[in-house]
Amino acid sequence: MVDVALQGRTISVAEQVDRAKVLQRLRLGDAGFRHLTRAAAVTVLIILGGIIFSLVYGSLPALRTFGVGFLFEESWNPVTEKFGAIAPIYGTVVTSIIAMLIAVPVGLFIALFLTELCPMWLRRPIGIAIELLAGIPSIIYGIWGLFVFAPFLQQYVQPFLITVFGHVPVLSTLFEGPPYGIGILTAGLILAIMVLPFITSISRDVFEAVPPVLKEAAYGLGSTTWEVARYVVLPYARVGVIGGVMLGLGRALGETMAVTFVIGNAQRISGSILAPGTTIASTIANEFTEAVGDLYTSSLIALGLILFVITFIVLAFARLMLMRLNARVGV
Amino acid sequence: MVMISGASSPLYTKRRRRNVITMGLSFAATAFGLSWLVLILGVLLWEGFSGLSLAVFTEMTPPPGAAGGLLNPIIGSLVMTAIAVAIGTPLGMLAGTYMAEYGRYDKLSTVVRFINDILLSAPSIVVGLFIYEIMVARMGHFSGWAGAVSLAVIVVPVVVRTTEDMLILVPDTLREAAASIGLPRALMITKVAYRAARAGMITGVLLAIARISGETAPLLFTALNNQFWSTDMNAPVASLPVVIFQFALSPYKDWQKLAWTGALIITLAVLALSIIARILAAQRKSS
Repeated sequence: MVDVALQGRTISVAEQVDRAKVLQRLRLGDAGFRHLTRAAAVTVLIILGGIIFSLVYGSLPALRTFGVGFLFEESWNPVTEKFGAIAPIYGTVVTSIIAMLIAVPVGLFIALFLTELCPMWLRRPIGIAIELLAGIPSIIYGIWGLFVFAPFLQQYVQPFLITVFGHVPVLSTLFEGPPYGIGILTAGLILAIMVLPFITSISRDVFEAVPPVLKEAAYGLGSTTWEVARYVVLPYARVGVIGGVMLGLGRALGETMAVTFVIGNAQRISGSILAPGTTIASTIANEFTEAVGDLYTSSLIALGLILFVITFIVLAFARLMLMRLNARVGV
Repeated sequence: MVMISGASSPLYTKRRRRNVITMGLSFAATAFGLSWLVLILGVLLWEGFSGLSLAVFTEMTPPPGAAGGLLNPIIGSLVMTAIAVAIGTPLGMLAGTYMAEYGRYDKLSTVVRFINDILLSAPSIVVGLFIYEIMVARMGHFSGWAGAVSLAVIVVPVVVRTTEDMLILVPDTLREAAASIGLPRALMITKVAYRAARAGMITGVLLAIARISGETAPLLFTALNNQFWSTDMNAPVASLPVVIFQFALSPYKDWQKLAWTGALIITLAVLALSIIARILAAQRKSS
């Protein structure tokens, strides 16, 4: 059978006669393939190590100059070479919070619709449509946000928000200033649309994994659909939902192009979410090729390091949650 | 009797009302989610189709105010994508093979699986910084190679993940049958397992191509951009997403028009790829 397996390879007749030789060769090939695949698996780890090492190495000049203060310094001035990360960090966190505030409830409700209410024949088409939303490249969201969504917000939504909340204490500072169209709020809304499919598809999958017996028991007791969803499905699927939400959050934090188009790129912290701001990723995308001087470049790489550390923690947490879920389903 | 009195009790009405409201909300949420897809694709088709002409595929990117096309960025994107897939696919497939076939339960696989899943959703701009540090800064200039390698880094985790998932789905009886006729393990994997998982593995590669054809962030400071025709991979190379970025943010109307057309081309390509991938995956399930 060994000979059959080797058909198509070039081996001399003398070799074919010498079975021991052929077997030896097979053994070597086998070990070789094993080591090759193992090396490839290790390469994945090397890529991660390389990313971390190169970011740390590249940001050393900035970290040496500014120290820990880099994290809390607000000014970002290429002329005086004073750089601080707090404004981009603030923008990154606030846009992601806005995105999650909208995408999490909407995503959960869509997942509920798909698993409990939707007629069978419609489930697949709607599921695929939502997933297509995830497949659209982020630059498309950017160009659409800039030319369609931002002008719409500027003309209709933002003036409305300003007049409604303009005289409410606290909220008035949140919606202060002229309606620019572009800004923190617009970026947050675009991010919400972008992470919605991730949250929806993972929530749907974990909702579907809830044993029908549990749901049927609750229905048998006279529960309404909402009560089944709220008190049976959601608690059972909790870990998976948290994993999906964290995965979406990881995406929102690191999203670059869509945000760069619509956030306005202003290096400052503003109390109003209508004002232009910046995020870590959009600062790097906008300024990296124009950065002159080692300190400027190094500060941008340091921003990249901060972003990578934050998303790494969030994504690692998401994976741990989803792994816990799989372990439980496995049992 | 209990039923009747229960049906008219305030608690019962409250529960029913709450149910109707929340079910209405979930219906509205779905309509809300789907409406974005319609809005985005609708505007894209509207703006993009009006600019679509033969010149888009045969002429170079123009200076502001002149007529032109997107030939050099389209070619640049195709070449860099091809190189990225050529580098990333074998690496990803071999790594996935180790995790599914050799060390399914060992420590290395567990760690690689975890790290790979994180790389899968890591911000792509960070990949750009990484390649800038190890290639652009070392070589002293931006290049098409650097762009292709940064895309390859994004391809790897996608291919690792799908390869592993697909190989795990291959029934062990196939492997046992191959082993029982004396096939060495390497041949069992390449001749039997790969063949059984082929459709799924091709799906993974298609998804990876779809993922990188719209990637902009890692190309911004690796491949940079190029206004002119260039086949030199050691020089900056234009790519469709970067040109869209530059043209859309410019104040010139005809550049913005070209940006929309480019956006339409990318989206159609990506959607076509993901639909083909889906059809392949569905065939595997039904067969």
